[in-house]
Amino acid sequence: MSAPVSSIREPLINGGKTYHQITEDICSPTEKTPSTAWVIAFIIAVAGLAFYVFCVAWTVWVGIGSWDLNRTIGWGWDITNFVWWVGIGHAGTLISAILLLFRQKWRTGVNRAAEAMTIFAVMCAGQFPLIHMGRLWLGFFIFPYPNTRGPLWVNFNSPLLWDVFAISTYFTVSLLFWYTGLVPDFATVRDRAKGVRRKIYNFLSFGWTGSAKHWQRWESLSLVLAGLATPLVLSVHTIVSFDFATSVIPGWHTTIFPPYFVAGAIFSGFAMVQTLMLMTRKVLKLEEYITLAHIESMNKVILATGTIVGVAYLTELFIAWYSGYIYEQYAFYNRVLGPYWWSYVGMMSCNVLSPQLFWSRKIRRSIWWTFLMSIFVNIGMWFERFVIIATTLARDYLPSSWSYYTPTWVEIGLFVGTLGLFFTLYLIFSRVAPTVAAAEIKSILKTSGDQYTGPNAEKHSHAEAH
Amino acid sequence: MNKENTEVLFGLYDDETDLLKAVKVAKDDHLDIMDVFTPFPVHGLDPLLGLSESRLHIAGFIYGAIGTLTAFLFMTWVFTRDWPIIFGGKPYFSAPAFIPITFELTVLFAAVGMVVTFYIICGLGPGVVNPSLDDRITDDKFCIAFDTSNADESVVEKLKSFFSSTGASEVNTKTI
Repeated sequence: MSAPVSSIREPLINGGKTYHQITEDICSPTEKTPSTAWVIAFIIAVAGLAFYVFCVAWTVWVGIGSWDLNRTIGWGWDITNFVWWVGIGHAGTLISAILLLFRQKWRTGVNRAAEAMTIFAVMCAGQFPLIHMGRLWLGFFIFPYPNTRGPLWVNFNSPLLWDVFAISTYFTVSLLFWYTGLVPDFATVRDRAKGVRRKIYNFLSFGWTGSAKHWQRWESLSLVLAGLATPLVLSVHTIVSFDFATSVIPGWHTTIFPPYFVAGAIFSGFAMVQTLMLMTRKVLKLEEYITLAHIESMNKVILATGTIVGVAYLTELFIAWYSGYIYEQYAFYNRVLGPYWWSYVGMMSCNVLSPQLFWSRKIRRSIWWTFLMSIFVNIGMWFERFVIIATTLARDYLPSSWSYYTPTWVEIGLFVGTLGLFFTLYLIFSRVAPTVAAAEIKSILKTSGDQYTGPNAEKHSHAEAH
Repeated sequence: MNKENTEVLFGLYDDETDLLKAVKVAKDDHLDIMDVFTPFPVHGLDPLLGLSESRLHIAGFIYGAIGTLTAFLFMTWVFTRDWPIIFGGKPYFSAPAFIPITFELTVLFAAVGMVVTFYIICGLGPGVVNPSLDDRITDDKFCIAFDTSNADESVVEKLKSFFSSTGASEVNTKTI
């Protein structure tokens, strides 16, 4: 089919699958009654979501005063969570778009679920700026629409407005990309279904037939969308970093922020993909499609981006010293040894030191290590955003306004609540849609199935010849 | 697809290599294939079927260009004509600050425009019901379909012998 694959490449699909077996394995989770594990997870997630709704209602009713933000520290957990969630989203686009452009076949095993993760993570991220506005119902003021106040336009020179455009474009494009990929797989589920279920899936599949011309256009569309999504994903976290980098706060006003944020985003996103994939492949029995080879590839990305992030941290410290600018120097002194030293330690150990374990192939291919590390990285990247935001704001130019900040239960509840929102959406997704891109898996079977490549290939071909 | 009551003679193949071989034979025999249906994109099929390259990406470029112009000209109009405001002592026309939003809208217009165009030209969309020749086409069967509405007996026989000689695992007719 496409480019020949080296025989020493590890197979990406195990179990000597046929096309029909792939359909069977990937579609059947949507057809069976949910397992007990799913039901328990769903109840917990919905409880988290309910608590989230309660905390939002509380914030709106009582006001932002229910948070512990103060005049010095105006951004706390909310913006930390926002940046954290947006960053998590980035891995999905990296897998689906950038790896498509680089013709990395292992993306097919994880792209569907990773893109779903992107969409849900961006939905969670979008909550925080809106809640922080206080008056949620006026949220539409952020869009430039003809209004009766002049019309008075929004400030197109502000990075915060760029963020509005970046996040909403990112969400829209990711959703379109993801759904277009899902259409042929919904058709597969439709053609296995009967009655009302068939009608529902026909609606979702947009009447897909699998015609050669449609496939040709579909591939062309996927490729261009990938080409668009690639600079888009880089621009999104670049613009998020502009929220900080264009301000004149020591510790924020640095040119290193855009690449450093993008690397961190991919780093944390891959960690979340690992967390989700390790559970998904186990619960939905997809170990033959999301193999150790996939996990190892992702761990390599985590190692690479984690090291980039580490270099960025050290560069910041070096430049602060080298600049000779006392405010910048103090900002970093304060970051490492100031009142929030513990979050700096958390960030450094989880983000820089722990991923270095992945130099060992044995650890890269260990499920338990991977799971543990993915949690570490998620925590570490949350700390990174907290370090950048709270630590920097706590010690500004005027010592008389120095302050300290601890979250209230409402702020913690909002964060935990968005985890509930995220997992509720993900669990629903895993029930209604094929979590692995079945059509794409089929298209790489002949080059990456274990009966065609890898150590077992020889045996199979002999058996066939027999 | 939009014709009513088309009689279709179709053969199902078990593998894409069989399909490609069969399509090649059909091309050499000048058989008029109505359509080919596959569970996943089969590479090498388009040139055999004589499908020209999709022009969707050209449409995407045009949508993107419209997005670029919309964003840049709109911001320029707002800040130089409609409601000029000085931000941080910078000129009204501060082009570098317009770049991020211009870029985002370029991507947004191109993506949304292309996706909408894709569904319209393929005749797909929410609520569309297309007749299915066989439910296994989206699973593991590769289908070549001929329109036999106005074909006489001898043509149908010729097509059937084509299917049996090229290794179709099943041959069926269906009126759609």
